Amino acid sequence: MLYAIETEGITKKFDEITAVNNVSISVKPGELFGLLGPNGAGKTTLINMLSTMIEPTGGSAKVWDFDVKKDAPHVRQNIGMVFQDTTLDDRLTGRENLDLHGRLYDMDSKHRKKRIEEVLSLVELTDRANAIVKTYSGGMTRRLEIARGLMHHPHVLFLDEPTLGLDPQTRNHIWEYIKVLNKEEGVTIVLTTHYMEEADHLCHRIAIIDHGEIVALDTPEALKNMLGGDVITLELENPDNISRLCEIYKENGCASIVSRKNNDVFITVRDGERQIPHVLELASDAGIPIRSVSLHKPTLDDVFLHFTGRAIRDKEAGETERVGYILRARRK
Amino acid sequence: MVRKAANTVYTMWLREMLRFWRSKSRIVGSLATPFFFLVFLGPGFSSSYRLPTGQPLDNSFLAPGLIGMAILFSSLMGGVSIIWDKEFGFLKEILIAPVSRFYVALGKAVGGVTTSIIQGILILIIAWLIGIKYHSLPGVVASMGIMFILGIGFIGLGIALASKIESHEGFQMVMSFLTMPLVLLSGAFFPITNLPGWLKLLVYANPLTYGVEAIRWCLLGNSTIPIITSLAGITLFAFFMMLLGGKLFDSMEI
Ligand SMILES: Nc1ncnc2c1ncn2[C@@H]1O[C@H](COP(=O)(O)OP(=O)(O)OP(=O)(O)O)[C@@H](O)[C@H]1O
Ligand SMILES: [Mg+2]
Repeated sequence: MLYAIETEGITKKFDEITAVNNVSISVKPGELFGLLGPNGAGKTTLINMLSTMIEPTGGSAKVWDFDVKKDAPHVRQNIGMVFQDTTLDDRLTGRENLDLHGRLYDMDSKHRKKRIEEVLSLVELTDRANAIVKTYSGGMTRRLEIARGLMHHPHVLFLDEPTLGLDPQTRNHIWEYIKVLNKEEGVTIVLTTHYMEEADHLCHRIAIIDHGEIVALDTPEALKNMLGGDVITLELENPDNISRLCEIYKENGCASIVSRKNNDVFITVRDGERQIPHVLELASDAGIPIRSVSLHKPTLDDVFLHFTGRAIRDKEAGETERVGYILRARRK
Repeated sequence: MVRKAANTVYTMWLREMLRFWRSKSRIVGSLATPFFFLVFLGPGFSSSYRLPTGQPLDNSFLAPGLIGMAILFSSLMGGVSIIWDKEFGFLKEILIAPVSRFYVALGKAVGGVTTSIIQGILILIIAWLIGIKYHSLPGVVASMGIMFILGIGFIGLGIALASKIESHEGFQMVMSFLTMPLVLLSGAFFPITNLPGWLKLLVYANPLTYGVEAIRWCLLGNSTIPIITSLAGITLFAFFMMLLGGKLFDSMEI
């Protein structure tokens, strides 16, 4: 099998909107693949189609070599899913939730018991396993859901916003579990997120999705390199010199892009840290005094801005409320 | 194949049992109504009303009606609880598992009917402790079979409703407009021998009537509707409701 997941022009139209439009992606076995996009981009819709929860209205997709439309039961047997909103039975204990899951996936009793202990210890919930889920914190709930998604040794694990609304420390923890899973158990993972750092930190490759379409797809490094390199900002003592300095850099050819604004000159270079001394030397040779220098390494934010013309953060207005709502729903 | 289906049904049943066990206080609460009916309403009735046969209308007449009512409430709730599963997300966990939806619904039904029968039996015991005499032991055992069939019917109805109702506000509406008429038009609290025509029509169109009459026959040894008729009535009802529930659940959108 060449790909763990392969889609061809997969599309989902709801009554008025096209939530996912003609998406073709391939994910290799063992890959940790990210879908990065703002609220409403179509991330959940896409993985719901891949996990057979909803039917595509167009195109096709294979997961672990099974067609999501024609062979849904086989797809289901091979995947694990952690939904965006909690799907635990909060009147039961953590262990009971895992046990029911194992039974639904037809695991025999011995195997089930052993696996429950394994996944509990992976997410460090062994001591709280016999408490009712209602009494768990948001982070514990999420960890239990990840553990449950892994119970039946899925080949492909879908994580829909695994760290939404969690504090930074819990988030770091969950990142570690995700990495361990991917490395040690060799699980292919597809996760959605709208946190740049998360995608950057975890994923081998990232698809940036906006309005239901993939606008860029590559490794985080390559995506950032597409922007041409790091940006050095030089603030001049005297704006009169600004044109002359720009000319110098352009002639020298050390920068791929040179631009200016007020007192500042922006130069885009590869390997910014190493270029700073050279850039400063050129200025001092020309006798142009510099007040300050700063270096900006491109982030996925810049990449997103570049491809969509918007900052992902613009779309996040009201997120605090949303997170509050989700936590409340989780706690209920 | 069969083993896998049985496994799904068993898993869903197990979940219902675990949840039932956790909600012990709710069960005690649900026994309060029948208990008060038996203790207060029974003596009140027997001092004021007579059955057409001349005997006083008393506790022993009320008990089967109260059991029928308890089965109706808890079974309908058991089926409709799918709405909660939907709202609190657990339904997704079930629907994404590689199991057949039909057996999921069946497991839910068997689980719900088990809890209903447990409640029915508790009322049987309470009534017995209060001093009601049952006709025969085989009759008491048979009444549990009737509770099972009746319970399956109302759970099927509950699942069908839950598959169509979007939220639990809609559910509140349905529950109040459905349960009270079903109970009051069932002969649970009055004899159905001399009813005016329009009322008779409604009472005989009500599946609960046949359930209560069948339980009455089993426990007390006599009933207005012949046992064959009431047995056929509830069996048909259970069969069609389960079919309907299974079908609607299968096509439910989440
Ligand atoms: N069942 C549905 N019916 C109609 N429209 C829907 C439905 N589900 C999703 N949509 C719409 O499809 C679009 C994509 O939604 P989706 O939930 O996939 O976004 P998302 O990227 O997961 O967003 P978020 O970050 O908020 O979870 C949105 O405009 C949403 O309103
Ligand atoms: Mg989403």
